[in-house]
Amino acid sequence: MNTEQMPDRILVKGNEAVAYGAVDAGLRCYFGYPITPQNEIPEILSELLPEHEGVFVQAESEIGAVNMLLGAGACGIPAMTSSSSCGISLMQEGISYMAGSHVPGIIVNMSRGGPGLGDIGPSQGDYFQAVKGGGHGDHRNLVLAPSTAQECYDFMFKALDLAFTYRNPVMLLGDAIVAQIKEPVRRVPPAGTRTPEYLQSLVEDQRIEGYGARGKNARPRLLKSVYLAEGALAEHNRLLQRKYADMRKEALFDCEDVDDAGLVVVAFGSVGRIARSAVRQLRKAGHRIGLFRPVTLYPFPDEALSALARGRRFLVIEQNIGQMAEDVRLAVNGASPVLWHSVMPGLFIGANELVEPILQALNG
Amino acid sequence: MLRYQDVIIAGFGGQGVMLIGNLLAQASMEQELEVTFIPVYGVEMRGGTANCTVVLDSLPIGSPLVREPMSTVVLNEPSLAKFQPRLRKDGVQIVNASLIARELVDTTIRTVYIPAHDIAHGIGNVKLTNMVALGAWLKATDALPLKAVREALHRVVSAHYAKLIPINAVALEAGYNFADSYAHKNTQN
Amino acid sequence: MTYANNLHPQQGEKMVFDANPVLNERVTHYCPGCHHGIAHRLVSEVLHELGVADKTILVAAVGCSTFTYDYFNVDSVEAPHGRACAVATGVRRARPEAVVFTYQGDGDMAAIGMAESLHAANRGEKITTVFINNTVYGMTGGQMAPTTLIGQKTTTTRHGRNFSNEGGPIRLTEIMAGLQGVAYAARCALDSVKHVRKAKKAVRLAFDVQLDGLGFGFVELLAGCPTNWHMDPIAANKHIATDMIPIFPLGVFKDVKET
Repeated sequence: MNTEQMPDRILVKGNEAVAYGAVDAGLRCYFGYPITPQNEIPEILSELLPEHEGVFVQAESEIGAVNMLLGAGACGIPAMTSSSSCGISLMQEGISYMAGSHVPGIIVNMSRGGPGLGDIGPSQGDYFQAVKGGGHGDHRNLVLAPSTAQECYDFMFKALDLAFTYRNPVMLLGDAIVAQIKEPVRRVPPAGTRTPEYLQSLVEDQRIEGYGARGKNARPRLLKSVYLAEGALAEHNRLLQRKYADMRKEALFDCEDVDDAGLVVVAFGSVGRIARSAVRQLRKAGHRIGLFRPVTLYPFPDEALSALARGRRFLVIEQNIGQMAEDVRLAVNGASPVLWHSVMPGLFIGANELVEPILQALNG
Repeated sequence: MLRYQDVIIAGFGGQGVMLIGNLLAQASMEQELEVTFIPVYGVEMRGGTANCTVVLDSLPIGSPLVREPMSTVVLNEPSLAKFQPRLRKDGVQIVNASLIARELVDTTIRTVYIPAHDIAHGIGNVKLTNMVALGAWLKATDALPLKAVREALHRVVSAHYAKLIPINAVALEAGYNFADSYAHKNTQN
Repeated sequence: MTYANNLHPQQGEKMVFDANPVLNERVTHYCPGCHHGIAHRLVSEVLHELGVADKTILVAAVGCSTFTYDYFNVDSVEAPHGRACAVATGVRRARPEAVVFTYQGDGDMAAIGMAESLHAANRGEKITTVFINNTVYGMTGGQMAPTTLIGQKTTTTRHGRNFSNEGGPIRLTEIMAGLQGVAYAARCALDSVKHVRKAKKAVRLAFDVQLDGLGFGFVELLAGCPTNWHMDPIAANKHIATDMIPIFPLGVFKDVKET
């Protein structure tokens, strides 16, 4: 695209980009409870949504918020909540119910350091919670991991599309860096964006609204996750598993310089972009090294990783004590060595801190 | 043409380090550069210093965080103590002479030792210390035209304070000119 | 399972009490003598009289009333335990044209869901909540509820509820009446024909304030649980009159239309 034709960029935080993306993508309802480092999301939406005839409710707790999300989602209305780690833990029951009842909705987790109250610094410690279900029962969230403010904006469109296509909770998993970073963002819907009206039409046969809205002979409709009759829950779970299998085609990733690489660094989110700087630096110094950044954490881009395994070693770098590394190992399935470097949650690191461990892996 | 530049701006909370970080980021964006601005929160906030990191590049930016910056703007002594040892040996630092003793400054590092507070006082408002320092940084690094930053003031300063934009521009210029003559003086020495 | 044929007049029979189209003809899972059936009937009659069933959304709770949605001919959504008022908030905000009600027991509403209940009420959510107080956890097997009477034996207060260890029974209607967002708050009982008639009026008024956009409508119904009280239904009704009503006084505690 010619730069002259491009709309002006705005300088906004990742949190602000989430809020703008949500409104531009067609969000109608927001429910949330304040927690650092994501407060700009509710703050901005409390202004924007009422201006766009939308709904903003500051809930009494994260438990209240996620259940309001369940209610609005059950009505087939684009809705979201946002929080950070501890608050997301409180939401898990509701998220599990949403998954069990096929209710669409968006949950943004600008995560913080844990366990417990932890800190408000960068951390990727909620990876397992996000991608392995998080709540009780066999359920999955679709998980997107933005690494820039622009992705925070763009992924709100993606999240809404996925939520309504699959009638499933979608989580945006960020951290204090992507939440607080200010970057230029182009506030235009990404290519391929479908209208909110179209997305809502995808759940017409499932949403609750009062049966009268569906015509004369309409029958009452029920959204639920309880199946007590013998065999009913098994059938319900089979259906969910088929849906999760369908989701696999949504796997997204970002690849750089992997073709001739002997070592591929695997990192996601904020660490993914920090690792990119380190990889470029080492590449300039003549090392044959590449970067693989999973963009969807569930579904995990395991086929793409597996395809790279032949003749390449992997180094997983993540800001936790080793979570995504397990998924990389499962994807590679022993075909090549998977090394791992942990950045402790709460630390602010630059690219230089990653150069040494990458060099060690190169030489190791 | 600029390839890459980064800076850590640090001082007491209230000295306006976030404001000039934002201003620099806004001006960079308006110059069609890629830019990241990140305020660093943490325990150090309670230790008396606030800081932010700005990275500018003509290419998409990887890491928005920098351990060993190419440049710093330090407005108080705790910030000098924290960031001077981390500054790259070929880097440059803007040091607020009004609040930082000269003997603390590492003489092996390229430094603009500028009485930013006093210059701001001379202009009429000590709150302009940050703008004076940013002006000096612009000259010392040649990262962006002064004009671009002056223009960006209109987007960064809130409408409520719009009447203060001209005096902010004066402060930027004063810092820029100081660094200019400072550089000449140092060359002559 | 439906018994539709049995419910309509056979040859020689005269209709004296018709089925209500808002309630379906399924046989309920409730125990003999349980008052949920009466409460269901009252709510369904009100929805029928108001002519709003086809735009009503029921938010079902967890407890004996989990399966309320099996009996009401309205769109329904299941809420996690205690969260019905939060889910109803989301439903109401997403569908402002709908009529929304929750139907919750004492454990769901006043123990695990107290925060969601009070805050939805305090926000003045335009919803109606029917609160069934039978002083005991029914579905899980007769454990203590927040409304259990002092001295009442339950499976988790085997020596009787003791104030020094468990606190006293929560009078929720009085608390609700103190909240600005509540437009109507009343407590009724289902132990006698007279009380049931009064309860019907209260349920109607609790929906009226929603339809009039005045705020949160709340009605508490003192109900019998013969199974977990280990009483026959007649004794259970007597227990409501002699032991519950003195602790949970009946009446309208707030009605913005009257003030």
